[in-house]
Amino acid sequence: MNPIVIALIALGVTGLLAALLLYFVAKKFKVEEDPRIDLVQEVLPGANCGGCGFAGCRALAEACCKATSLDGLLCPVGGQETMKKVGDILGMAPAVSDPMVAVVRCNGTCEARPRTSQYDGTPSCRIVNSLYVGETACPFGCLGCGDCVSACQFGAISLNPKTGLPEVDDDKCTSCGACVKACPRHIIELRKKGPKNRRVWVDCVNKDKGAIARKACLNACIGCGKCQKECQFEAITVENNVAYIDFTKCRLCRKCVSACPTGAIHEINFPPKPQPKPVAETPAAPAAKPAAEAPAAKPVTEVTNVETPKEEAQK
Amino acid sequence: MKTFRIGGVHPNDNKIYSAHKQITEVPLPKKAVIPLVQHIGAPAKALVVKGDKVKVGQLIAEAGGFVSANIHSPVSGTVTKVDSTVDAWGLRMPAIFIDVEGDEWLPEIDRSNELNTICKLDAKEIIEKIKAAGIVGLGGACFPTHVKLMPPPGKKAEVLVVNGVECEPYLTCDHQLMLEKGEEIMVGIQILMRALDIKKAVIGIENNKTDAIKLMQKLSSRYLGVSVEPLKLRYPQGGEKQLIDACISRQVPSGTLPIEVGAVVDNVATIFAVYEAVQKNKPLISRVMTVTGKDVKNPGNYSVRFGTPLSEVLEFAGGIPQSTGKIIGGGPMMGRAMNNVDMPTNKRVSGVLMLTKEESCRKEPSACIRCAKCVSACPMGLEPYLLSKLAALSRFDEMEKHNVMDCIDCGCCQFTCPSNRPLLDYIRMGKAQVGANIRARAQK
Repeated sequence: MNPIVIALIALGVTGLLAALLLYFVAKKFKVEEDPRIDLVQEVLPGANCGGCGFAGCRALAEACCKATSLDGLLCPVGGQETMKKVGDILGMAPAVSDPMVAVVRCNGTCEARPRTSQYDGTPSCRIVNSLYVGETACPFGCLGCGDCVSACQFGAISLNPKTGLPEVDDDKCTSCGACVKACPRHIIELRKKGPKNRRVWVDCVNKDKGAIARKACLNACIGCGKCQKECQFEAITVENNVAYIDFTKCRLCRKCVSACPTGAIHEINFPPKPQPKPVAETPAAPAAKPAAEAPAAKPVTEVTNVETPKEEAQK
Repeated sequence: MKTFRIGGVHPNDNKIYSAHKQITEVPLPKKAVIPLVQHIGAPAKALVVKGDKVKVGQLIAEAGGFVSANIHSPVSGTVTKVDSTVDAWGLRMPAIFIDVEGDEWLPEIDRSNELNTICKLDAKEIIEKIKAAGIVGLGGACFPTHVKLMPPPGKKAEVLVVNGVECEPYLTCDHQLMLEKGEEIMVGIQILMRALDIKKAVIGIENNKTDAIKLMQKLSSRYLGVSVEPLKLRYPQGGEKQLIDACISRQVPSGTLPIEVGAVVDNVATIFAVYEAVQKNKPLISRVMTVTGKDVKNPGNYSVRFGTPLSEVLEFAGGIPQSTGKIIGGGPMMGRAMNNVDMPTNKRVSGVLMLTKEESCRKEPSACIRCAKCVSACPMGLEPYLLSKLAALSRFDEMEKHNVMDCIDCGCCQFTCPSNRPLLDYIRMGKAQVGANIRARAQK
């Protein structure tokens, strides 16, 4: 017989046997899997960022199918819409949650926070944080090496070269929380996105006493507690010399913003204020300006003093 | 000549600037700031309040736990406040502020220079005295000495290894101390041998200090059980585990303390402090530190009372030269650039090195070429290239599996890397994280 034919027959029979074996093995050891898992995974974004707290999109899908209600299960990337689709597939109501966004709680701009040293080591916030206070005198503020920028998978954070601080793009941010974990100083927080992206927050996490904090940075929260007194909704707490606005209680009245003597409370995306100003605002607003300008002159001279040897050394 | 078995590098020792310079006392400051954290372990608790009058040697802060140390007033005067001060790296720490008035010592402190060789105390009393005097390891780590002298149950010390190596380039304070206070150190060794109930002590000295080796050999012939071991020049021979390996050829297993192989290691400066505490009733209130650098006007070895602002010490040594690029606390290998020269000197500061701009600039890192030089340089047998990579990727659990906690921060890997990779920067960061993880697990 033709050796080619023999080979073909032998191969064919082996293949058939193997196929049969595989068929029975697959039947015998079949793992029953919820068919809905694939459907749910289909509607998830597939970023595998881990923002939901699970290992990836597949793991979240499995968790959703196993759960009896969707409370506490949220894909921060897809948001409410995706969870609604998931709910439709599983016949459950999605958990109601507000869209969140990453907020950088430091306003230590180059002008406000004089540089006291020069760092020439590896540009990584975590390393700087493990070595020393950083290029400025503030031991709590942003280090400006951009660990959060490289942690973001969605390109939502960028360093503003003017201020030296990271900025979050509201539209791109999926609130996955990667930057929150990456920041060694725990400056970044996930906060409620707010109606029309309007938000109010304390732009500082400095826990030092007022005088020390203010010396390190003009925009620091000095923990004076004025905002706390102003707030009618008990949304503001002052602990360890720093104020914090609870975004679940805040009604965005912005009274605290005008009450803050150092301008540490930040508002964003609000329309310009109407012309006839309320009484409380008039003294506060002009007071804030000269305060920001006058002491600015002092630290600047200090900087030149401190850095002179280094500048000379650079030549 | 002996040395340790694995790894190590040979940096230029640059000790010429300050070697053989007589130990000089730095004048007292007008205002002293005494940090409450001058050691490894819990911070000390302040015992004085604003307005209190204190004398030199008076206890002003007591140990905040077993692994902690007492702090005594290095000056006499009035306490102005108990507040916080900024350390060398710009971080805040609690401190006692004292306005200096005169120099009035507690009467029981013997200030004479006479040698007192007779010690009639028993082991327990010696350890108690060392503990009360707030003595910590002055080699750099500042581990409370009394803890080392009390081995855990079941462990017994056999040999006292005395660290006179000073392998760190530039620093010469221990060398000079041996030359000037050799006899006192010998008595100190005898006291520690009695406290540990052992019969043998080995002094390890690197052979770039031939005069110290000769002097110590001459002195040791008069003291029973003490021998001098001249060691081949190699960094980091002053590391505890390396020194034990070099002097008595025992290897401390990973993750354990030297007591595991029956060794206790103490630096010569610590031993001198023990002598002063036990024989002269003088607590640890000053230390010898090296101020050095290529362009420093008066490099040398200075005896500094704790609490003196570092800037005053530098001023005494001729001021900060114009060419200075970085001021390093400690030596060039283990030391770190300082952020604040006004910080108060304390038990931790063994030297200040002022590097010129050319010396201190970092070279541009390039890609790893897989030469494995870092692996052969690592004295702990680790794989620095791998650890740094894992740290950069935040894979801390894997770092722990690769024994990152054995790393002694010696910097041999980074020193030897032909691609100038910042290996130690990443490893140190990862090590801090792994340490935090381990502590968190222990608490659960």
